[in-house]
Amino acid sequence: MDRALAVDGSVGRARRVVAARRFLDERGVLVGLALVAAVFGALIGPQFFAAANLELMARQTVIVCVAALGMTMVIVSGGIDLSVGSIVALSTVVTALLLRNGDGAGVAALGAVAAGALCGALNGVLITKLRVVPFIVTLGTMLLVRGAAKGLSDERRLEAPITWLNDLLRTAQTGRGVLVPSGIWITLALAVAVAFTLQYTRFGRHLFAIGSSERTARLCGVRITRTKIAVYTLAGALAALAGIMAFSKLSVGDPTVANGLELDVIAAVIIGGGSLLGGRGSVVGTIAGAAIMAIIQIGCSQQGLPNWVQQIVTGAIIVFAVALDRWRQR
Amino acid sequence: MAEEVNAPRFEMLGVRKAFGATVALEAVDLAVCGGEVCALVGQNGAGKSTLMAILAGALAPDAGGMRLDGAPYAPRDPLEARRAGVAMIYQELSLAPHLSVMENIVLGVEPVRRGIVQRDRMRAVARDALRELGHVDISPDAAVAELQPAAQQLVEIARALAVGCRVLVLDEPTSSLGQADVRALFALIARLKARGIAVVYISHFIEEVKAVSDRFVVVRDGRNAGGGVTAETPAGEIVGLMIGRRLDDLYPRGARARGDAILRLDDATPESAALTVHRGEIVGIAGLLGAGRTRLLRSIFGLESVRSGAVVVGASSGPSPGTPSSSLTARAATPHDRWREGVGMLSEERAGEGLALGLSVADNMTLTRLEPFGPAWIVVPSRQRAAATRWVDRLGIVCRDAGQRVAELSGGNQQKVAVARLLHHDVDLLVLDEPTRGIDVASKAQIYRLMDELVSGQKAVLLVSSYLPELLGMCDRIAVMSRGRLGPARPVEEWTEHSLLMEASGARAAS
Repeated sequence: MDRALAVDGSVGRARRVVAARRFLDERGVLVGLALVAAVFGALIGPQFFAAANLELMARQTVIVCVAALGMTMVIVSGGIDLSVGSIVALSTVVTALLLRNGDGAGVAALGAVAAGALCGALNGVLITKLRVVPFIVTLGTMLLVRGAAKGLSDERRLEAPITWLNDLLRTAQTGRGVLVPSGIWITLALAVAVAFTLQYTRFGRHLFAIGSSERTARLCGVRITRTKIAVYTLAGALAALAGIMAFSKLSVGDPTVANGLELDVIAAVIIGGGSLLGGRGSVVGTIAGAAIMAIIQIGCSQQGLPNWVQQIVTGAIIVFAVALDRWRQR
Repeated sequence: MAEEVNAPRFEMLGVRKAFGATVALEAVDLAVCGGEVCALVGQNGAGKSTLMAILAGALAPDAGGMRLDGAPYAPRDPLEARRAGVAMIYQELSLAPHLSVMENIVLGVEPVRRGIVQRDRMRAVARDALRELGHVDISPDAAVAELQPAAQQLVEIARALAVGCRVLVLDEPTSSLGQADVRALFALIARLKARGIAVVYISHFIEEVKAVSDRFVVVRDGRNAGGGVTAETPAGEIVGLMIGRRLDDLYPRGARARGDAILRLDDATPESAALTVHRGEIVGIAGLLGAGRTRLLRSIFGLESVRSGAVVVGASSGPSPGTPSSSLTARAATPHDRWREGVGMLSEERAGEGLALGLSVADNMTLTRLEPFGPAWIVVPSRQRAAATRWVDRLGIVCRDAGQRVAELSGGNQQKVAVARLLHHDVDLLVLDEPTRGIDVASKAQIYRLMDELVSGQKAVLLVSSYLPELLGMCDRIAVMSRGRLGPARPVEEWTEHSLLMEASGARAAS
């Protein structure tokens, strides 16, 4: 009863605050993106927005973006996945191994995605069946998967035959239509697919319901176990796709790559309006969040600012974004 | 009465408290002397808890004053009240389970010297307090989590004694205790009384009130409704004071015709409940808080496990009642299964479980059945909105549009959203747990009309409510649950508020 009254009161008292919160909810991250872009545009000049420079940024952020698509769904459902960095590394290793084995590029990519999906499914099963919180389970699998990647590769960087996988992030020089690297198109297509899934499918609506109130979702007959296993499996598969992008960039299978990547990925979702309490998050926000981090990174280096400045700025933005998140939730 | 003999230990005079437009307390007086046990009785929501929250400093009164041993007393927070010697033992114990007994007893008043906690003195204080309670059997070094509920309660009382309490409030203290522990508690209360402590004892159970208290005070609808010397007052008279006024004409009753059985409980846990619900009728379950009504509903709906017996949901037209469908006996039913069988449940916890407050009106209403909104597994938002908007209009839900977040709606409108979920799903059996708790009268009346329309159209309703006039007004049959046991469902004509309350509080067994 007290709670209902408190809700009533806050509506009456602070309509404008609510309106401000709603505005920030939906547009805050885009406002932030525009601000960051404007700052570096002013510092560096119009060449900062040249097509080549924008494409450089896009290429830089593709790995984070793809993994963040899965993370967005996980965070919307009220969970977290710390194992994505390790899955990216495992994915590069599996890709390289299959290529060395003489398999085609398509088979290698599928194998890598399957391995990532399997890791994600493991996360989901452990979380739902053992009833251990996602943070702890994925902290464990983060080490576990990293260890598996190192074991599979014998702790070495694995050279692999050159295939079209190495061209995913390379700008086509042939002039036959496609200007932007195919990896960026793939990322965009995935983003559209995930955004559609979240907004316009039963599965997506169930994710929001579980994240917003798991007890309500249960009361309403949402099958929580299978939904959670599905979302972690998808997140694992998307992390593996990010790993294929990483392989394309490195052209080797490297079990030590993407160390700490999960934090960049989570940061992108959070800056993009996702709430660690669940029930909130959007693909547009996440992409914008990743873009903000990419602009800061590239802007700082082009401005000649040292790496430590870039880290301080990124850190401050993360804390600010989370503070904003808390304020919205209040 | 006793007051003439010695001055009261504490007095509350003309206390008033309102929450928004709801007046919870109006001009309530209460005075208790040292060495006296005063029972505070009243129905759920009568204002007992609010009154005690004011005494314990958790709430500030809007008007009225309090005196403690003659001096003005106006605690700003519970800590100040505790320092002044007013201690409260809530139904839900407030102990730190990982700390030891002695650490809990001195929590907040740890003996220290130069910033270092003195464990020897801590142990001595705890041992003294436990000895005063006559319980040297509890070790000061034991971990609280490992103690039985009765022993945990003793630790909490010892904590009150350790800070020198003068007034002790016990809120439903026997709800988690067995018979032997209850007797031990009553003996302890007698000892505390002998030490001159003023004890306020809150209970629904008339037999406990008769056993433990010297005097009783009744609150009803936030006002004093009488009181007296317990020994001189028959149980029936106390119950009569708790009930008071007659029921009003809020409850519609259309043409109802009892149809086929739709739900049957066969020796189902808890405590071998047996009950049949038919189409075209409202069956009520009365009982006090903690009697197990909610648990029963939750096990029917698959939210808690049914440990024995059977819960059989009759297929809408199919097999005759009594033939359990095989899918149900093979494994425990889940809420998902129940919705598919045409059973919907309304949770008593609107904010915690009934609704996902962060989601929109449309999402909350349609979550159980998104299938009609698109081809395959797609949800077309415009169709979802349109369906929700129909219910918003039909039930007169006040909101900006179906896309508004439920958290921003008033309590009554939130509840209507939760009810609309059952309507959207078009369930045959509505399992309603306290459907009108904490909502305005207009919304209540609307929900009553809706229930009546539904059963007139051959749906069925299983209703749990703590508000007796509502049960008597709406139900065709009522069963009473008392201490986990469900009695037989009898036609509503055979019940009165008085007999329901007597049955629920176990007074019938006592007298």
